Amino acid sequence: MAGNGDIEAHSRKGVKNMEIERIKSIKDLPPEENVFPGTPACAGCGALLGLRLSLKALGRKIVIVNAAGCFTLLTLYPYTPFENSWLYTAMASAPAGAQGVRDALDILLEKGRLDPEEDLKVVVLTGDGAAYDIGLSSTSGAINRNLDFYYICYDNEAYGNTGFQRSGATPFGSKTGTTPPGSVRPTGTELPKKDLFEIWRSHKPPYLATISPAYPVDLINKFKKAEQYKGPKLFIALSPCPPGWATDPSYSVKLAKLAVDTGVWALKEAVYGDVTHTVVPRKFKPVEDYLKEQGRFAHLFKPERQEETLKKIQEMVDDYWKGHKLLL
Amino acid sequence: MKKEMLTGNAAAAWGVRLAEVDYIPAFPVTPQTEIIETLARWVAKGVMDSRFVTMDSEHSMMTAAGAASATGVRAFTATSSQGLLYGFEMLYAVAGWRVPLVMVNVSRGLSAPITLETDHNDVLAARDTGFLQIHCETCQEVLDSLLMAYRLVEDERVLLPLIVNMDGFYLSFTREPVEVPDLETVRNFLPPYQPKHAFFKASQPMAQSVTALGGSLYSYFKYQMHLGSQKALDVYKEACVEFEKAFGRSYDTIEGYMLDDADYVLVMTNSFSTLGKAAVKRARENGIKAGLLRLRLLRPFPADDIKGALNGKSAVAVIDQNISIGKGGILHSEVASCLCNEEQRPLLLSFIGGLGGKNISPGEFEFIFTEMIRGIAGEAVKPLQLLYTEEEWQEMAILKRIAGKE
Repeated sequence: MAGNGDIEAHSRKGVKNMEIERIKSIKDLPPEENVFPGTPACAGCGALLGLRLSLKALGRKIVIVNAAGCFTLLTLYPYTPFENSWLYTAMASAPAGAQGVRDALDILLEKGRLDPEEDLKVVVLTGDGAAYDIGLSSTSGAINRNLDFYYICYDNEAYGNTGFQRSGATPFGSKTGTTPPGSVRPTGTELPKKDLFEIWRSHKPPYLATISPAYPVDLINKFKKAEQYKGPKLFIALSPCPPGWATDPSYSVKLAKLAVDTGVWALKEAVYGDVTHTVVPRKFKPVEDYLKEQGRFAHLFKPERQEETLKKIQEMVDDYWKGHKLLL
Repeated sequence: MKKEMLTGNAAAAWGVRLAEVDYIPAFPVTPQTEIIETLARWVAKGVMDSRFVTMDSEHSMMTAAGAASATGVRAFTATSSQGLLYGFEMLYAVAGWRVPLVMVNVSRGLSAPITLETDHNDVLAARDTGFLQIHCETCQEVLDSLLMAYRLVEDERVLLPLIVNMDGFYLSFTREPVEVPDLETVRNFLPPYQPKHAFFKASQPMAQSVTALGGSLYSYFKYQMHLGSQKALDVYKEACVEFEKAFGRSYDTIEGYMLDDADYVLVMTNSFSTLGKAAVKRARENGIKAGLLRLRLLRPFPADDIKGALNGKSAVAVIDQNISIGKGGILHSEVASCLCNEEQRPLLLSFIGGLGGKNISPGEFEFIFTEMIRGIAGEAVKPLQLLYTEEEWQEMAILKRIAGKE
């Protein structure tokens, strides 16, 4: 039983092209609730909504391996909002924790010490700070070892749990606690958002997708599709964060939807590296529609409009879609 | 029973093999690498029914090892020096998970300056983490300690991880005759691990390592760890008795060498204790009532055993193969803390030696005994001294000249 997963699983060979039973409308969402109310998450937390939907798809026979972030506070002794198991690790190494849990479960199964009915899916749950920055190498290691696990990154585009500081996921132009706009640096964040999708895709995992809590049908169908693959199944969920984005909690779903409709957040998937866009807006709304709703971009509009910066953001979005020949 | 010539690293690997460890996440670091290479070879050949995974860092390795232990398998890993420090965050975490992980640390001096040979600043940095610590003098002791370790930490009264320490190079790469016990005897001594407190299965969901906000809640769990570690002293002694019955070798928390009637005592740990024992023998030949106390179990700290061994002695010199910069010897402080309330406490001196594998010469041991005797005679003796010979000083002067630093 030596080895780090079978090589075969790295290739397309042996993958059954199963017909996925896709859901068609929000009415088809699984009714079961696997994240119970009463968590310490902020009102309007987009990440919690994404998690709630994700766990509808994953079910209860899972163990969540968590890295330091907002969701570390979901299990708060002696309470947990989950019916499933949980292991908090550290900020940098949740995928390594998943490796230990998955390997141990496999060992117990192979040695007949665990009933196959008792087996669990292993699900890494981290914020963008862990995924884009401090835990990037442990994630790369886990994907490279073809670990059979799910990874849900709730991406609220900053270190949210510490009060919203710039992370590798913070977009150009965003105000954060460590990139405050000032007279010398009026833009706020001057660096672009890292492209984690492409970083992960370079490992050619069996399944990789971006998701949005405002597109639950797309989200559920992606988890359903991922289920057929053995190996890394990776999800990045753009997650509106009312305190950090400086928005009203009631606005989170609308913002998540605007992010997709303006083309800021591309909903897509990659199977063994081959990319397909799953939601392409028929007509892209102007990016400004998304930016102007959020306090973190307010400095781009007041006291005076930063035309160059706003133009650059729109160009970045346009260039992305032109690059994929989905915008002419 | 037939003995084989094994390095300390090979002896460690044999301990892991005989303990029938299920899972070995690994990451190479000198001078530990031979352990994981040996295990990887055995797993590849099928003589060990274990899963071996090369991880992406020691931090990941420690996380995977602890997580596997929390899932209910017997896990092992090994590291050294920089690797121990790189994974350091996870030492506290895994200990807090209350899982019986066993790890070997092959001691090596810490950067900067970067170096390869042994001292104990690496392993002693982990002394507050919750990991129990066994420090070994011989290759046989390394193998035996691994077997004792799993029995100790898997006991429900303990449930804390453990580090078995050996010196890099001096033990890791030195061959000594080692008796490799047969598997059946080991199985009788060390039953399979059957976790009752930490596991993952669908029918019994469990939230492990959850957040604890509030000082009284946090303190409760930390105190529990401390009490578990203290309890390990009793469990350790039980394991010693059973180990001796099974294998005929005995390892107490401490080891005395010519100690009973000694007036002047060296306190040492690990492989350099062998140098100390030779020095004690020479001192006895010169009419000095010398002895040596080797500390073997450092966590939990066997304070009562140490008090019992040192109370009433004239003078004690703790030779620390480590340096707490700005304070001095770490073990000196620990020994002092357990003797300070004793009425018949000895004169206690502190010497730093053997850093980065630096030798402790016969002349330096003679100097230490002389200092103890001078101190007892009422002469002024410095409480902390850094060992460095005249010859070493002259060599260093030459090197500095070459480096252009006269």
